[in-house]
Amino acid sequence: MTSEPRIRVTGLRKTFGSHRVLDGLDVDVREGEAVALLGANGAGKTTLLKILATLVRPTSGTAIVAGHDCAKDAERVRHEIGLVAHASYVYEDLTALENLRFWTTLAGLRPSAAALASALGSVELDRAADERVRTFSAGMKRRLSLARFVLARPQVLLLDEPFAGLDQRAKKWLEEHLASFKARGGAILMATHSFGRELAVADRIAILAGGAIALDTPRGALSADDVQRLYDLHTEDAP
Amino acid sequence: MFQFAVGPDRERLAGTLPGLLWLGFILSGLLGLGRTFVVERENDCWEGLLLAPGDKSAIYLGKLAGNVLLMLVVEVLLIVLFTIFFDIDLSPAIPALAIVVVLGTIGLASVGTLFAAMTAGVRARELLFPVLLLPVQVPVLLATVKATEAGLAGEPLAAYAHWLQLLAAADVIYLVAGVLTFEFILEP
Repeated sequence: MTSEPRIRVTGLRKTFGSHRVLDGLDVDVREGEAVALLGANGAGKTTLLKILATLVRPTSGTAIVAGHDCAKDAERVRHEIGLVAHASYVYEDLTALENLRFWTTLAGLRPSAAALASALGSVELDRAADERVRTFSAGMKRRLSLARFVLARPQVLLLDEPFAGLDQRAKKWLEEHLASFKARGGAILMATHSFGRELAVADRIAILAGGAIALDTPRGALSADDVQRLYDLHTEDAP
Repeated sequence: MFQFAVGPDRERLAGTLPGLLWLGFILSGLLGLGRTFVVERENDCWEGLLLAPGDKSAIYLGKLAGNVLLMLVVEVLLIVLFTIFFDIDLSPAIPALAIVVVLGTIGLASVGTLFAAMTAGVRARELLFPVLLLPVQVPVLLATVKATEAGLAGEPLAAYAHWLQLLAAADVIYLVAGVLTFEFILEP
């Protein structure tokens, strides 16, 4: 593929006080590609995703998403991304339907009642549409946050442990959804600690250690054991 | 508490009523304004608001509208309670009082909403919020108390129009400042 990467990170550095989290990180994610980002706790996976999502400013280096600089043109970047973070970004006193309507309206979308119902149906929350989110399990909240991207259709998905807290059916749905998102030309950068289902979606595996990408390899025919060995090899010095 | 302090003297009450009324409005307003963005913090939705593409001033105006509405409802209740506990008839002054209350509430809420966003992530926000807010509100408080005093005394509107003009000007300045600066407060 020769097209411009949907995500291009060059020489990215981020320090919090005297603690250097990212130290000259380079990574690209192209159209229709998913990259699984592996790394020990505190390796900087979430920091990288937050920089790409415009929630954290880099100390130096550039992070380009869909052609827009995350530090200089945050507003345009926000139009192109979907972020699934540790927090689900849902209001517990609102119902599932009210949450979905609120967030999509805030994003400038005007989905019809049928489109909202269909999005909730796609994450199997249609029966809970009128229930307050405070009664939901963590997995249901995660599915509700994913329903937003069914309607918003971003170009780039930034996922932080996206399969965490999901039951088997929801994991299968997410796997299929991510596969169809890639098929439509979307780019995915996914931080994970798991070598299971997430890796089936990934085209490449990048291991983050010492603030930079220690290994970037096509997933190809690598088994979970192969990935574990590579992971252990590159993260053994991690604190 | 106010009743115990002022006593049964009607003249003394007439002199202190505007101040007491606005003291009640401010104390009740501070409680509500300070919690404007607590729901975002408690639900981890602050980042979600930041990530929403588009003009962030819409969030400010939405929060402001909610605060103004809530404060007006509480203020109407307080006026009713004042008339009962102090045994006073405010009905002749209601039109004048309504203008002052609406203008004063917009002034309080426009800065209050902005400062609530600024202090939402601060640990000592309950302490910091009034310390930041009240000094900035001096023009609004001065104009509201003076205009309320004149309105309750039955003076013609022209006699205290200058206080209403000051109040309206403060409202416009605070509102425009809120709309223009809210995005920068929300940004990391």
